[in-house]
Amino acid sequence: MIEIKNISKSFNGRQVLHDISGTFEKGKTSLVIGASGTGKSVLLKCMLDLIKPEEGQVLYDGRRFLLQEEKDKKDIRREMGVLFQGGALFDSKTVEENVRFPLDMLTDMPENEKRDRVEFCLHRVGLDGTGKRMPSEISGGMKKRVGIARAIVMNPKYLFCDEPNSGLDPLTAIKIDELIKEITDEYQITTVVITHDMNSVLSIGEYIMFLYQGKKIWEGDSQSIMKTHIKELDEFVFSNHALRQLRDGH
Amino acid sequence: MISMDRTIVLCRADLFITFVKAVKSSFMLSIAGKFFLFLGSLFVRRETFKVYWDRFIDECIKIGTNSVFIVAIVAVFIGAVTCVQIYANLVSPFIPNYIVSNVVRDMVLLELSSTFMCVVLAGKVGSNIAGELGTMRITEQIDALEVMGINSASYLVLPKLLAAVVTFPLLAILSDFLGIGGGYLAGTLTGILTPEEYIYGIRFSFVPYNIIIAIVKAFVFGFLIATISSYKGFYTRGGALEVGMSSTAAVTNSCIAILIADYLLAELLT
Repeated sequence: MIEIKNISKSFNGRQVLHDISGTFEKGKTSLVIGASGTGKSVLLKCMLDLIKPEEGQVLYDGRRFLLQEEKDKKDIRREMGVLFQGGALFDSKTVEENVRFPLDMLTDMPENEKRDRVEFCLHRVGLDGTGKRMPSEISGGMKKRVGIARAIVMNPKYLFCDEPNSGLDPLTAIKIDELIKEITDEYQITTVVITHDMNSVLSIGEYIMFLYQGKKIWEGDSQSIMKTHIKELDEFVFSNHALRQLRDGH
Repeated sequence: MISMDRTIVLCRADLFITFVKAVKSSFMLSIAGKFFLFLGSLFVRRETFKVYWDRFIDECIKIGTNSVFIVAIVAVFIGAVTCVQIYANLVSPFIPNYIVSNVVRDMVLLELSSTFMCVVLAGKVGSNIAGELGTMRITEQIDALEVMGINSASYLVLPKLLAAVVTFPLLAILSDFLGIGGGYLAGTLTGILTPEEYIYGIRFSFVPYNIIIAIVKAFVFGFLIATISSYKGFYTRGGALEVGMSSTAAVTNSCIAILIADYLLAELLT
């Protein structure tokens, strides 16, 4: 379980996050949603300690991550897997080397075990036989899959996905969403997904936090989000013409 | 009354200039501080020796081996041009021919093989380092390393720095040989001087310490190029445009640093 408590962050005097709190539970796919520029990615980076928040705490199963010594932080980091927006694959390494990178850097696993683990992870994300290809030779959807394989190779307890289906066609986007949901259920991971995609919200959102101008103004699940009457959330959810028609009963 | 007004205006101008200078110097100090903190961060939270060794070998190939061709071309032609120019400017019945190769040797050893070669390498290696790190930054590859608990600065930059300070002196030695060889080819093939005169000039009043100067210079310039370019690339913010700007800044700043360091080393070592 991940708890965030009173996270606030500003850049050059402009407040980007205002006192954000919430709980992301184990075995659930939690979503942080909101329009572009509302501070979703900043919140994620604060949770990962890539950006230092001015106030607030992030607790991983009760462990105060931001206050830990660097060595203890490293232990918690080993339990994390992160899928970045563009995949963040290392250009100079093959797909296989990218997936095996955390094993090489963070474990003393024997060579054959590493090979098996990489093969298993690539198989799990549906990328058998692509290990020898370079990131520049694969599609955007495949890059996301490799990113997921790298994120799960260490058997993480916490999985973070920053806009996992941005830049993908609707079908591939749904497949990536389903893959994240399956992995979360299968390994009972605490998964946090940053997105502004309503398809993701409706299909995989078990807990949803809505941010508006750096403030959390709503939280709930994918059923209750359709029945809310908060103006800002309503505008976000029903920004799609088809969904508006559906709501109005046309 | 007019004089008093003028005095007030001048005082205000002085105050303004002082203020601008203070802001400028504090800005420079903050950049210098950030640069030294960056250097310090290379040596904390290090990875295992094997990780660095593998990365060091890769970087030696990228920085050193892949630069041999450009260094060879530059050194041979600079040696040849120096030989031809010196002959053209020193021609006199009172100056023996072997002085041409004698001057070529000292110019190549003291300036051309280290300073000139490093300015060329600042363009090749410096822009490469800044571009690579800048792209890694904007595509979140550096964040990916940090999230894994890896000190990204140390993992990415330290092997580049070590490779630069090891390979630059080796490239300088290669450049010394090829520069003098280029002068030999130009001098003998064009009939400026005979092979015997050239060899005699090379050996005449030779100071072995000059080789040490060339190696020390290449070492220092390698350090400057690797650190300045890495710093510029590592702190890139934005997109493709900013990566290009970082590469340009890396090359220009490295060149300026090389020229300043060249003067200081000349004062210190000679």
